[in-house]
Amino acid sequence: MTERLSSYAIRLEDLAREHGLDYYPVHFEEVPSSFMMEVAVYGLPVRMPHWSFGVRYIYQLIQHRMGHSRLFEVVFPGNPGRAYLARNNSLQENTLVTAHVLGHADFAKNNTLFKRSQEQVGYRIVDQAAAHARQIAEAIEVHGEERVEVVLDAALSLEAHIDTFKDLRRERYPEYVLPSAAVGAEEHPFLNRFEALPGGQAACGARVEQERAPIPPEPERDLLWFIAQYAPGLESWERDIFLAVREESFYFYPVFACQIMNEGWASYWHARLLREADFLPQNEYLDAIKTHSDVVRPHAAEQQTALAVNPYHLGFSMWEKLVEEFGMERAFQIRAEDDDFSFVRNYLTEELAEELQLFGYERSADGSIRVVETDIHDLHENILSPKYNFGAPAVVATDVGTDGTLELRHEHETDGRGLDLAKTERVLEYVHNAWGRPVRLQTVDGEGKEKTLTRAEPC
Amino acid sequence: MKRESSDFIDHSNGEGRWYDLFSRGARDWLRHNAKVREAVREKLPDLISNADLIQPNGESTVRVPVKFLEHFRFRLREDGEGQGVGQGEGKPGDVLAGPREKKGTTSGEGGNDDGSYQFVLELKVDDIVEWLWEELKLPNLKAKSGGLTDRDYVREGWNRRGVRSRLDRRRSVKEALKRRAVQADGPPFTNDDLRFRQLVVRKRPSTEAVVFFAMDVSSSMTERDRKLAKSFFFWVVQGLRRQYSRIEPVFVAHTVKAWEFGEEEFFQVTGSGGTVASTAFNKVLEVCQERYDPSRFNIYFFYASDGANFRHDREDAQAALSRLGPIANYLGYVETAPSGQQTLSSETSTLFEELAAGEASAGSFALSSPDSVWDAIRAFFTDQAQQDQP
Repeated sequence: MTERLSSYAIRLEDLAREHGLDYYPVHFEEVPSSFMMEVAVYGLPVRMPHWSFGVRYIYQLIQHRMGHSRLFEVVFPGNPGRAYLARNNSLQENTLVTAHVLGHADFAKNNTLFKRSQEQVGYRIVDQAAAHARQIAEAIEVHGEERVEVVLDAALSLEAHIDTFKDLRRERYPEYVLPSAAVGAEEHPFLNRFEALPGGQAACGARVEQERAPIPPEPERDLLWFIAQYAPGLESWERDIFLAVREESFYFYPVFACQIMNEGWASYWHARLLREADFLPQNEYLDAIKTHSDVVRPHAAEQQTALAVNPYHLGFSMWEKLVEEFGMERAFQIRAEDDDFSFVRNYLTEELAEELQLFGYERSADGSIRVVETDIHDLHENILSPKYNFGAPAVVATDVGTDGTLELRHEHETDGRGLDLAKTERVLEYVHNAWGRPVRLQTVDGEGKEKTLTRAEPC
Repeated sequence: MKRESSDFIDHSNGEGRWYDLFSRGARDWLRHNAKVREAVREKLPDLISNADLIQPNGESTVRVPVKFLEHFRFRLREDGEGQGVGQGEGKPGDVLAGPREKKGTTSGEGGNDDGSYQFVLELKVDDIVEWLWEELKLPNLKAKSGGLTDRDYVREGWNRRGVRSRLDRRRSVKEALKRRAVQADGPPFTNDDLRFRQLVVRKRPSTEAVVFFAMDVSSSMTERDRKLAKSFFFWVVQGLRRQYSRIEPVFVAHTVKAWEFGEEEFFQVTGSGGTVASTAFNKVLEVCQERYDPSRFNIYFFYASDGANFRHDREDAQAALSRLGPIANYLGYVETAPSGQQTLSSETSTLFEELAAGEASAGSFALSSPDSVWDAIRAFFTDQAQQDQP
């Protein structure tokens, strides 16, 4: 089968290039479905060990057994890109998947977010993650499973708390602010000029004391970085683990923030390439295209409605419309410049939403769900709201006290409500174990009153 | 045909299938389970007091329903309300009732974290006991050997004659080798080379024990008191089981009279009326005489009560206990005291203290909270271990 697929792949690639798809070479590999499942759980083929992945693995296994989830492919951007296809897919399925992968590969090479993340993280995420896994395995060897677990409990639970607007490699904050002399400059113009005289600097230098800069100078979103840099008790191997988790998060971010676009783009291209693949026998084309309609269907076949939007379907429909309306060139430009936020806001039109039968609904506390009148902007926001801030509440580090207390603040004004206090307590416990000094977090409770949670006792 | 850029890696020849070597998912799942077991370990006292476990064999297991552990993240407060976007037939005002659906995950970050699945962890009671002894650093007791005896056949020595089934081949060959070392050209085997294992009848220390559990079931004993007593009794049986080959529990409940019960009824029965402890003590003596000959059985006696014995019963109780003292290995009294109380000063406890001051080995323990069960258990077994020392 591989041989035939391989020959199809070559021709699909030729076709893709003719259409202007531009991508780094892709290593395709057929793997057993057990392996696919693990990749889906870990997000990467070889990733650091942690018990929480074990839980996800069992869920995936159960869903798989019940036939609820089927994984066709996983792609890792990079140079070369890597694609894993399930060995138990049929030839037709894998033909479609190959075309799909080419769409992803083009997206990953050209989309700004992906480009930026690859420039920073590197083009070999699969190998890098494997190196992280090895590094952590070594740490387990030296420091024992439990100590490593304490670090990973904290780091992985803060996985989404990075700041992608800042760089992956960041300098520590400046330790000192400008000497206070600079502040006094206007008050004592003469003294200032006097000090500037040759020989005067040395005499006065002792008087001008440097002031320690506040840490952080402004609220810090990148908690993984902040803890790695400033935790009072963190050893260097522990810091490395934090930074390893953070690097992987930088890699995951564009995948998360462009899901609708990216999956839609890949689906658009597999549909188009297969349609134009005249070398495919008719029956194989039909089988492949049936798989397509399974993947991009809006809701399960036996249902009339779905309470969530299938990103494959939404993205696919949007790209079809875009290409139809604005032409291919414009579509290529959009795939390079946008992310899901701008993509949905700009191109999910009222007309298209109606065509796709999108509706807004409200869920009340008793679990009943009612369809409500919504305008297109509400629809946009409701589709996008789970994606803000890497899908996590906005928690920032605001201060480190003189006793080393880490002050965190939940920006509930942005999120609209407070944190789940029980879960937060547990996260603070993880963070406290890594930070080594007291940890305090401010949020609001159910009535909107300020609430401060503290974790101080040593464990 | 030569590929221009991308390529297919073909592993059908079996090379390079590194991912077949191990399952990362299974490895992390095992680690998760190990953590669950640790967590369960901390809840043991609770689990035990809710199960019927004082069975004579060690085969029983406890089935513990456990939730998956959650790896916590910062999450916004969920009050069940919210807005979303759906797709399909739906006009404003339509009610799409029914259970909430979860978003399916297709690629990338897989799996849902919020759990609705449970799994059942089956723990062997033996394992639990093993953990506990490790955890509490409890001593392992040696079997008591004092004049109590069983008769048994034991292997002892070898003989030149015997039945075929007891032929000791290794020893016979050895004999043949020895002979041939001094005997040039001797036959490979002679009848004189053969060695047979011998059995002799020996008396050996008794390894059977009977444990009497007596409990005051008068109305003053609350549900909480019984649970505490039950946990204590359970662990006593488990601990002694490590010491004796066979152990039989006997349950005696009393108010102003005493009855023998099966395990199940014993912990449920409620009587009305007052507390006359001597009835239970006499009942135990009676059962001993009928079924458990003190010369064959190691006898343990435990009595649980809230301590309020009738004053006029004092002499009777004293008399009964002084008869029990010489035949029993140990007399234990557990008082289900109100929370926080550490020292005992009740009527019944004085009786046991008198015993302990005399010849008999006896002790009393206060059970005020589930935690104090461990203290009592530790006190009992440490006490026993010290008595083991000559």
